[in-house]
Amino acid sequence: MTDLATASPGSEAGAVYRHDIPAECPWSRVLKRGQTLRIVDSEGQQAVDALLYCADDPAERYSAQDTLRVQGSAYIDLGTRLVSNKGRVMARITGDSCGRHDTSAGCCSCESNAVRFGETTKYQHACRENFIMELAKHGLTKRDIVANLNFFMNVPIDPSGNFTVVDGISAPGNYVDITADMDVIFVISNCPQVNNPCNGFNPTPIRVAIWEPPAL
Amino acid sequence: MISAEMKREISEANRRRYEQLRAAGQEATPKALPDATALDAKPIAPEAVISRERVPADWYATVRLRRGEALRIIDDVGMSSVSMIGWRAEETSERINCADTVKVQWSAAISKGRVVLSDMGRVFVSIVEDTSGAHDLMVGGSTRASTLAAFGVALRNTHDNFLAAAAKIGLGLRDIPPCVTFFAPVSVDAKGAFHWNANRKRPGDFVDLRAEMDVVVVLSNCAHPLNPVRPPVSGPVTLIRHRAPPAAPDDACRTISPEIVRAYEFTDRLYA
Repeated sequence: MTDLATASPGSEAGAVYRHDIPAECPWSRVLKRGQTLRIVDSEGQQAVDALLYCADDPAERYSAQDTLRVQGSAYIDLGTRLVSNKGRVMARITGDSCGRHDTSAGCCSCESNAVRFGETTKYQHACRENFIMELAKHGLTKRDIVANLNFFMNVPIDPSGNFTVVDGISAPGNYVDITADMDVIFVISNCPQVNNPCNGFNPTPIRVAIWEPPAL
Repeated sequence: MISAEMKREISEANRRRYEQLRAAGQEATPKALPDATALDAKPIAPEAVISRERVPADWYATVRLRRGEALRIIDDVGMSSVSMIGWRAEETSERINCADTVKVQWSAAISKGRVVLSDMGRVFVSIVEDTSGAHDLMVGGSTRASTLAAFGVALRNTHDNFLAAAAKIGLGLRDIPPCVTFFAPVSVDAKGAFHWNANRKRPGDFVDLRAEMDVVVVLSNCAHPLNPVRPPVSGPVTLIRHRAPPAAPDDACRTISPEIVRAYEFTDRLYA
């Protein structure tokens, strides 16, 4: 655990990188082993879709099912190890001022929007469009998109199996910290969905910052 | 530039529509779901059988299904779980999508009357018969790491089976999506912890999957990682590829919800 997790929320002292990701836009960057990425939900109630790839061999990538199997439970929380499709820990959640993130609901796409909300929504921007464009910068394609992380997204599953995206629970300034266990390509889609409550029906900007590991 | 007030009105209209869809998906649909198939109901007529295969414990099979054909998967001795991935035959970048499957149907519990969706907003297979109703889309199949952790030794596992099957049709690790596992009674409690409900497994449990597009599926017959039995006990599963009646306009799967009606329409357009 780094000192970062206990640093005052909102403080970016010592960060080596800071960037605001506009509403509805993608972003990616290589996160070096030991570095910590903080994602801040600047205005609150904003879902952040994320994927991780091993920088040395992107065929190894984040696996939602491996992650849930290893931890034995259905949500992403402080301490969750993000596991690859080769069973290795890629990163872990080292700070979280929000609590409970999703990794079962996937990302929105033009095609699934058309099924869920009617054909007129097919021509609205979607996370998969963001992912495709951002992955192309790294030589990756739609084929490489797998079930992603949804930070700040609240998807309770009840014992009957009922599965609902409900209002985002994150407040302005809530953050999550992810510390890399290997060099990873970290890819984000700042979710543009306007048809369900994951973004409070109003997509907003988010902020990212990166810290080096604390000196020993 | 739209005004803040207009933006708020659009947001509110979107919220109202979402609340209506949620009510229809969670209140109306469960009432409309058909009852589970009885174990001795629905024998397959001999003339409808195309091929039959028995897959021993720990092994896998790759099956091609044309649109309108169906696959019966039988847990012969009630001790197996069968993990499935699959691709559209003509375009293997289109594949099953567990996240869309649960999200679109408002449920992580699939059973008779539900469908498995592709990642392109189309119906991949429909669950037209199902004696079990206890299937897993969240935890996935066994891996080298999961067998090592559970049994102290790396055993044959679903991840390696998928890799081998994919390789034989020119695909690889990048093409392996999250899987559906049949006969895997996993539930989630209020805290999010997974549980295994062994009493929901019976010898002879089966599902019939009707292909709604031309597909290639891989079935892996390995113990589910949450199955607590030690040492692992498993048995063979029987796969019967057969001809199914087409999805008529009043088909139970096709008409289960407005979302699935649309998914069928989009699928039909591939073949129009």
